[in-house]
Amino acid sequence: MAKSNKPVIWGLFAAGGTVTAFVTPALVLLTLLPAAGVMPELLAYDNLRAFAGHWLGKAAVFAVIFLSLWHAAHRLRVTLHDFGVRADLLVAIVVYLAAAAGSLAAAYYLLRL
Amino acid sequence: MTGKPYVREVPRFGWFFRQPRYMRYMAREVTCIFIGAYAVVLLVALKRLSEGRQAYEAFLQALTSPASVIFHLVVLAFALYHTTSWFNVTPKAMPIQAGEDFLPGWVIVGAHYAAWLLVSVALLVLAGAF
Amino acid sequence: MSQRQVELEVLRYNPETDAEPYFQRYVVECEVEWVVLDALNRIKETIDPTLSYRWSCHMAVCGSCGMMINGEPKLSCKSFLRDYQGVIRVEPLAHFPIQRDLVTVIDDFVTKLKRVKPYLIPKEEKSIAAGEYLQTPAELKKYKQYTLCINCMLCYAACPEYGLVPQFIGPAAISVAHRYNQDSRDGGREARQQEIATNEGVWECSFVGACSEVCPEHVDPAGALQQVKIKSTVDWYQEHLMPWRSK
Repeated sequence: MAKSNKPVIWGLFAAGGTVTAFVTPALVLLTLLPAAGVMPELLAYDNLRAFAGHWLGKAAVFAVIFLSLWHAAHRLRVTLHDFGVRADLLVAIVVYLAAAAGSLAAAYYLLRL
Repeated sequence: MTGKPYVREVPRFGWFFRQPRYMRYMAREVTCIFIGAYAVVLLVALKRLSEGRQAYEAFLQALTSPASVIFHLVVLAFALYHTTSWFNVTPKAMPIQAGEDFLPGWVIVGAHYAAWLLVSVALLVLAGAF
Repeated sequence: MSQRQVELEVLRYNPETDAEPYFQRYVVECEVEWVVLDALNRIKETIDPTLSYRWSCHMAVCGSCGMMINGEPKLSCKSFLRDYQGVIRVEPLAHFPIQRDLVTVIDDFVTKLKRVKPYLIPKEEKSIAAGEYLQTPAELKKYKQYTLCINCMLCYAACPEYGLVPQFIGPAAISVAHRYNQDSRDGGREARQQEIATNEGVWECSFVGACSEVCPEHVDPAGALQQVKIKSTVDWYQEHLMPWRSK
């Protein structure tokens, strides 16, 4: 039996799961605050552009989006299988392509800032 | 031996309705839909940011809409379920042996929650939410 | 000693005469402190000698008497009647073909157990004259938990992935491989990885965790499988990025 290449994708899933477990609730709160009438300073246009202009800021934003997308993609693949969808190869291609597209888009926008 | 063994079919759909533990598992798994959806929102924010002040400020305005609020609350609920379900199983996945014995589960889980609190507060403070 | 009338609904199947399994009800006088296995034995002794089921030690160490009791994988010798109300539904262990009544065909499990090489493959061969392999208490504790498996297969009955994907090697087999991998005397990890670091090995597992919840010996197979996943991932990167590194 050949050893699997799943570790590559699972590593991303696990890293993404860990990062999102730590930061996603706080981030969601952050983007929820404007609706409550509180504008966090970072979300102001000039501040956010400055943040995303710095290479450290770019790296942080990319890491969060990249890992969130790949975590969600792999888990969605497994979940669809659990829901009874049997076309695993097709599902895998679709979800990983979507994650890749999102990752490329994130990189593209960040490089423009 | 005559006669065949009988194979009981496992339902391909809805098997998880049979036991509460399976339902909890599926609830944990579907958190990925909302984590993914929120990542897309962050991506859109990035896009709007790169398009200039007007585009970005329209995005900020959209964040205050009722639809956005409901979306955020739903995502928050699932994100919290992801966080708790992820942290709670860490002692199983990474047992830490100190000397002869293993660190008790609550130490590892507790450390995660403590770090989570620290990171969340730091993130919100540094982002100027307060 | 007080008694209690217990009603059991037991799945029957005779491969020679039945096209399909069917439920049969029994009402039997039991002592209140009995377990389901005692009730089955009383039925077999006094009501229906044709009822077939596996059992042996009656003390949760042999792993023979696994069955579904009210839909939950349990050892019938460890299922106390006092914990059940009303009609108790007894079925053969899920995800295994039914041989006869409550007896399942366990060949698949046994085959998978053998595949993972569940025996010590010494790191260094030692003659008897050279003495014992030495091991510290800390080294023993590293794998002790995984030695407790009694091969009862409750974890296979609980695992939905095994139910949906029968090729999955499964919790107990991978846990016993992990038991030997963690043993300081063992050097057979790479040989076992060929079987368990595969798509139908550990990578079929989605960490439902049902296996650990039903395990009567607290082996925690779910934990073992996650540890195998992490080690296999580190392995993969080492193999592909640093192929010169020996294991």
